[in-house]
Amino acid sequence: MSGKVLEIRAMSATSTPAPGIRSTPVVAKLIDTSTCIGCKACEVACQEWNDLPAETTVQIGTYQTLPETTPNLWNLIKFNEHETSDGAFHWLLRKDQCMHCADPGCLTACPAPGAIVQYNNGIVDFQQDNCIGCGYCIAGCPFNVPKMSRQTKKVYKCTLCVDRVSVGLEPACIKACPTNCLTFGSKDVLVQKAQSRVAQLKAAGFTQAAVYDPPGVGGTSVVTILAYGDNPEAYGLPKDPNISFAVQLWKSPLKWIGNLAIMGGIIGTFIHYLRFGPKHVPEDAENKPMEAKR
Amino acid sequence: MATMMKPVKVAYGNVLRYTFSERLVHWAAALSYIYLLLSGLAFWTPWMWWVAMMLGGGPVCRAVHPWMGLIFTLAVVLMYRMWLPDMRITKTDLEWKKTIRAYVRNEEEEMHPVQAERGFARFAPVDRFNLGQKYLFWLMFWGGITLLVTGLILWFSDYLPWSLRFLQLISVFLHPVAFLLTLGGFIIHVYMGTAVVRGGFSSVIRGEVSERWARYHHRLWYERITGAIAKK
Repeated sequence: MSGKVLEIRAMSATSTPAPGIRSTPVVAKLIDTSTCIGCKACEVACQEWNDLPAETTVQIGTYQTLPETTPNLWNLIKFNEHETSDGAFHWLLRKDQCMHCADPGCLTACPAPGAIVQYNNGIVDFQQDNCIGCGYCIAGCPFNVPKMSRQTKKVYKCTLCVDRVSVGLEPACIKACPTNCLTFGSKDVLVQKAQSRVAQLKAAGFTQAAVYDPPGVGGTSVVTILAYGDNPEAYGLPKDPNISFAVQLWKSPLKWIGNLAIMGGIIGTFIHYLRFGPKHVPEDAENKPMEAKR
Repeated sequence: MATMMKPVKVAYGNVLRYTFSERLVHWAAALSYIYLLLSGLAFWTPWMWWVAMMLGGGPVCRAVHPWMGLIFTLAVVLMYRMWLPDMRITKTDLEWKKTIRAYVRNEEEEMHPVQAERGFARFAPVDRFNLGQKYLFWLMFWGGITLLVTGLILWFSDYLPWSLRFLQLISVFLHPVAFLLTLGGFIIHVYMGTAVVRGGFSSVIRGEVSERWARYHHRLWYERITGAIAKK
């Protein structure tokens, strides 16, 4: 959306370097799940700012709005119910949205040039006008974030409010959060802040508390504080997310082996023709070599 | 081992090698494959993205590619029905395989009886299709099945629940693998059929080959359809 203000660091299906040359601080959202009260103000703010139509909610037995994010719902508070070993019950609320990976699997898997871009500040953004609707980004994403619209056959997800961030505003969800469980800023600063909050949680008895910033995808621009940091699955987060092996295999070794094989095939047949040429049916066409056999 | 084709002499000195319906099916497969190849190459590498632009743009290619795949599948199924008896690999084919090196090097003409007596390789007679053609058929058949199954998964991948995501991941990998294998066969097939075996390309356009051509390249088939063996 705001390519003119932000420089592009990486672009899907583009074999030449992306144009971004300035070093911009990487921005991030910090989500402190321990202070989320499940008010869903962020969901509403997201719908409002991005002008997304409201979807009919689905009752799944909790207060959760819908089972998953959708093309029209990019921000979903997940109401995970968790029982600790001492029998206590907790709601592990988590704000589900695009994680804005430093090494985005969606961008790696995308075959359409420029349909997915990563800005210098770390925001990963879909450019729907370049999207061809193949759904490969869904295969590339370890967090189940991109959602395809049946109507437009394009994928949609959280933009980290790139249109607000690029003009110096914080994302809509951050603006709406009443408990300050959501904060926005430079990632370096927020990671430090997260670590001090984790230390606080540990002192308060949550000894497993941890910062979720998974290295498998190069870290994420959505940094999450988990009170039960040893068990991210309880929050619906993968323990060690990475770009799937199949996508990596396809995008690097197979691609190069394939390109060499295609070129080799074309060059090989050409050289064969230079060396051996066409087959001629001999003029003495009773085909002596065959006849001789009988 | 009967071929479905009737032994028809179409003109003086010519025999019918491919019936009208066989030619039609062949070209349905060929043209759909070429579309799939071109649009597929655009998805395969950004270097080929311009091809997608020529074909109406990325979203159009994405929308048409699977339907073209269904046409290709249909053509392959019809080929299977038409040619299965001719495509089974026989003992004579394995005999022929021993001289494949000489075949690739166009050394038929050097294999006169005198040389054969001196211990040079001699070609086993070939039926309607030679072993290379049969390999191509089976490559396209099994490759086609793989492309169809993985292609269907990719076509509807946004309907897959998250728990079945592994199916999409397998397809993302296997679809291009099967594509590369069939492309290898396709390159060799087009090269052989147009440049090397002169008369092959016109035979699949108009259906006819000369008797001389038929005797030379497909002796068993020629003898079978003309009753030459019976005459001897």
